[in-house]
Amino acid sequence: MKDSLFGKTLPELTALAIDNGLPKFAGKQMAEWLYQKDITSIEEMTNLSKKAREQLSSKYEFGLIQSTKVQESVDGTKKYLFPTAKGKFIETAMIPDEDRKTVCVSSQVGCKMGCLFCMTGKQGFQGQLTAGEIVNQIRNIPEWHEVTNIVYMGMGEPFDNLEEVLKSLEILTSEWGFAMSPRRITVSTIGIVPGMVTFLNQSEAHLAVSMHTPFDDERQRLMPVQVAYPLSEVIHEIKSWDFGRQRRVSFEYIVFKGLNDTPRHVRELAQILNGIKCRINLIRFHPIPGTPLEGTDENTLQKFKDQLNDKGILTTIRASRGLDIYAACGLLSTKELLG
Amino acid sequence: MHYKEENKPLTFQLIEVTVTGNVEISPDVYLISWKRMHDFQPGQVVKITDNPELTPRIYSICSGNKEDEIRVLFNVKQGGLLTPRLAGMIPGMKIFVSEPYGSFKDAKQPSYWIAGGTGIAPFYSMFRSGYSENKTLIHGVSYLSHFYFEDELEEAMGERYIRCCSREQSCNVFPGRITRYLEEINDLPADINYYLCGKALMVVEVRDLLISKGVPFENILAEIYF
Repeated sequence: MKDSLFGKTLPELTALAIDNGLPKFAGKQMAEWLYQKDITSIEEMTNLSKKAREQLSSKYEFGLIQSTKVQESVDGTKKYLFPTAKGKFIETAMIPDEDRKTVCVSSQVGCKMGCLFCMTGKQGFQGQLTAGEIVNQIRNIPEWHEVTNIVYMGMGEPFDNLEEVLKSLEILTSEWGFAMSPRRITVSTIGIVPGMVTFLNQSEAHLAVSMHTPFDDERQRLMPVQVAYPLSEVIHEIKSWDFGRQRRVSFEYIVFKGLNDTPRHVRELAQILNGIKCRINLIRFHPIPGTPLEGTDENTLQKFKDQLNDKGILTTIRASRGLDIYAACGLLSTKELLG
Repeated sequence: MHYKEENKPLTFQLIEVTVTGNVEISPDVYLISWKRMHDFQPGQVVKITDNPELTPRIYSICSGNKEDEIRVLFNVKQGGLLTPRLAGMIPGMKIFVSEPYGSFKDAKQPSYWIAGGTGIAPFYSMFRSGYSENKTLIHGVSYLSHFYFEDELEEAMGERYIRCCSREQSCNVFPGRITRYLEEINDLPADINYYLCGKALMVVEVRDLLISKGVPFENILAEIYF
């Protein structure tokens, strides 16, 4: 099997050019073809000599992966299914909203974290995605020229695949790559602290943390990662960083009926987030098969939001999108996996 | 962006300790030990590295809380960053560990302990700490040689120690995975706690099965090795 050019960084492409007897600048030329132009084959890299293209084609492939299924919601949201090695699948969502088009990418095949409310976790862990497979989810959808925002909130835990996620961010934000502003990219984590620290040091993209309850004992029942990386450690780490200017930290909070939607939770959230300039995104829970959890009702959700805002925490309710196309992450790929 | 170094929580801080033992108890599975310097509760974890410049990994403690040494069970991950080097450690060498921490803790009440592979570690710690009365331990493995501490557990817990093996058979061992064993039980108590420890898929499948059998999710606590 040939190695893919797509997914390599400029230094890697430059080294590859030199190794193959091409001029050093051929690395930059390849990067521009790979990440900025509408071509799909090495043969179309016409500012490389014919001999160079033949030489590259003998060892490498361009490396784009076509989606095998697309579902479109009545609200315009699209869900793409991409195949990966060993017959597995990942999901990518494209969410249009007025003048924005946000792409939600996966970072792993399946997930190791086993959150009670997550469909992806039911697949277990199937493998890591390469930087190329992550960036392919943006480059290889028809809307790729119109993408305004990217969120790493699809399948998998990004900081459990840190190296490839950081590499994908480099490709997305570099001048030689997609040249996107890191301020248009948000990486969401369950709270893998070492990965989060490396990310904060090496990237300028926004951070989102899946919290879902401020209480340790409740969080442990929803999210087994609480044992290894307690929320208190995550919050402590975040408090040691200066957020608030251009870079944002937000907390994701799925609201479950009777579980995490009470005034007690509002008070605790206000206490533990004191001193962090942040936002809470409240998310409606859309049940997955076999779940014992229920989403909270609209009145309680609104009240919960108002109470948090009254406490001085900027809180919004995320619009639910694509409900008619298995929009909850993991549903479509699990269905496909099971045939 | 400025990073402030002060007031790091205890779990961030690493202490240098001397390895006192490192035994291969099964092919590629080791029990490494060092002198206990802190109190801990069985079920808790420690961070370990052989180089403080590298990200430590997290392991469950696998020894009793009154013992002089702390022990950790690990299997060697081929190509892994830490475990191949950890396997080469001999007494006298230095490693760096955190204070014990974590909330995967049982009490004296009846409960089920359900482990996959090296996920036996926190339960063995609970057992060695005197918490095994009223407990039922179910250990699922692929091969018979992975029933770590089998003799000791069998002698002490008798019929409350249930072994499930998916790829080999032996007398007194259920032939199949933990989920198949649990599927055949019709009277799982719903009012006690279930502690699960192991890899993600095992934990998720067992948790789903318990919930489908009427166990409230609030009574299920899980630790996943990742």
